[in-house]
Amino acid sequence: RTKTQNFCRNEYNLTGLCNRSSCPLANSQYATIREEKGRCYLYMKVVERAPFPRRLWERVLLSKNYEKALEEIDENLIYWPRFIRHKCKQRFTKITQYLIRIRKLTLKRQRKLVPLRRKIERREKRREEKALVAAQLDNAIEKELLERLKQDTYGDIYNFPIHAFDKALQQQEAESESESDAEREEEDDEDMDKREFVEADDSDLSDFEDMDKLETSSEEEQEEEKEVEKKASHSKSKGKTPLKGPARRKRPYIEIEYEEETEPASKTKAA
Amino acid sequence: AGGGSAPQASAAEDGGKPAPERVLFPPTFSVSEIKNKQRRHFMFLRWKQQQRKEKLAAKKKRRKEREALGDKAPPKAIPKTIENQRVYDETTVDPNDEEVAFDEATDEFAPYFNRQTVPKILITTSDRPRGRTVRFCEQLSTVIPNSHVYYRRGLALKRIIPQCIARDFTDLIVINEDRKIPNGLVLSHLPDGPTAHFRMSSVRLRKEIKRKGKEPTEHVPEVILNNFTTRLGHSVGRMFASLFPHDPQFIGRQVATFHNQRDYIFFRFHRYIFKSEKKVGIQELGPRFTLKLRSLQKGTFDSKFGEYEWIHKRREMDTSRRKFHL
Repeated sequence: RTKTQNFCRNEYNLTGLCNRSSCPLANSQYATIREEKGRCYLYMKVVERAPFPRRLWERVLLSKNYEKALEEIDENLIYWPRFIRHKCKQRFTKITQYLIRIRKLTLKRQRKLVPLRRKIERREKRREEKALVAAQLDNAIEKELLERLKQDTYGDIYNFPIHAFDKALQQQEAESESESDAEREEEDDEDMDKREFVEADDSDLSDFEDMDKLETSSEEEQEEEKEVEKKASHSKSKGKTPLKGPARRKRPYIEIEYEEETEPASKTKAA
Repeated sequence: AGGGSAPQASAAEDGGKPAPERVLFPPTFSVSEIKNKQRRHFMFLRWKQQQRKEKLAAKKKRRKEREALGDKAPPKAIPKTIENQRVYDETTVDPNDEEVAFDEATDEFAPYFNRQTVPKILITTSDRPRGRTVRFCEQLSTVIPNSHVYYRRGLALKRIIPQCIARDFTDLIVINEDRKIPNGLVLSHLPDGPTAHFRMSSVRLRKEIKRKGKEPTEHVPEVILNNFTTRLGHSVGRMFASLFPHDPQFIGRQVATFHNQRDYIFFRFHRYIFKSEKKVGIQELGPRFTLKLRSLQKGTFDSKFGEYEWIHKRREMDTSRRKFHL
């Protein structure tokens, strides 16, 4: 309802406003344009058919061609009042324009609105909070990081894991078949680190598949590494000093030093 | 009426004074039958107190028995949690399962895990992103190395996908927003890989997290994937792992965590420091959000003709509180 006009609710109304001149009920001779399924029809009502409500509105299909349809309106509404003719043509124009727009829009992507269900939304929110509490994320992350530290995935950036070293040492002594030298086994251990750290990011998932690969590859390379030298990465303290790129190359390039003195030196430095 | 009024009379006698010793509770009487709200409330509180006392007494007794038995005592009962009571999912992955290992060696992520491809990520949004979403995209791109943010002005996803493949992107992330907050995430592995559609919730931007850390640096972070047990969880986990380059730079000391709990995936980004051998400190930096998987599609993003590997069907899948799919 605008400030000066009412809207007419009658579906046969030509302009949409409630006026004496544009009310289909108030005028015995009236015409409208209505569209159905993308086609426009011209509806006409004349006095002679007033007593026959069923046959009251005569329907004429208009052609799809815009100009031809305008001509058809003209020839059907010949001798009709100017107002009705004019408004019919206006309405027809507007209708064709919005039909064109609909057709264009359906070709583009359309936003599909999915209704949210309030009860479900609330339920999910509550469940999420409870899951968050149950997850204890900080503890889980810390545990995981410590695990990785224990498994020497970080190599020897961190120099304190003395216990972990000894544990891994014992493991190595039990496992390794080729060497019997204690010194050799220490360095093999560090080679294991070098290899293992690379797999850190999916050690959870691919533990089972990659660990097998690691095992076999490490045992192979234990034989090969007799003459290889290790870089003095012991000199590097905790992770703050920047590690040089080449030091962290992939597997094939490994150097091992045979010096025994460096080992205790680094341990005392850490301690 | 006779039986009902007798306890009421006794309650009337007591009035408001607590007299727990003389509480009579004939077996047919229940606190909820008293019509008077005040008295009913009072009787209920008394009943509750009694229950608590009995419970305490029972606990003491049990503890005494346990101490008396000493070593022969039965082991302590484990409290039931939802995780304990979880309905056993037959698609849980057994670490030694060969079929799974074979599948994983030949699925779409094999080239990544064999280090043949380096991940390159394209982050984009739906039309007309608002402030929060834009900022979230930026922060996300700092968290994920080798990622680029491009805005979309009306470009159809189906058309940008071939362009992305041509430019060597490996993954596509679309953040869907609703009413100025991001609420959905579509993660698509590009060279014809699976597409996962998530609902995103509780997004916290970096400035909203209470911490005093700096921004994430350019180092490649480590990745932690927790609790992805079933086959479906496994594939989703691999999807996440393939976003990050395979070689984490430990000097950066950053870790990105995807933790699955009861079908909610929590993403956090921390910086850690080992204070000692048994203690590690973590500091949260970077955005955080939670995801819930809605659907997993076999090919790239195609909402109409795609082949869905898994959709969340509320009627069928949410029937039990102890049943989770990831």
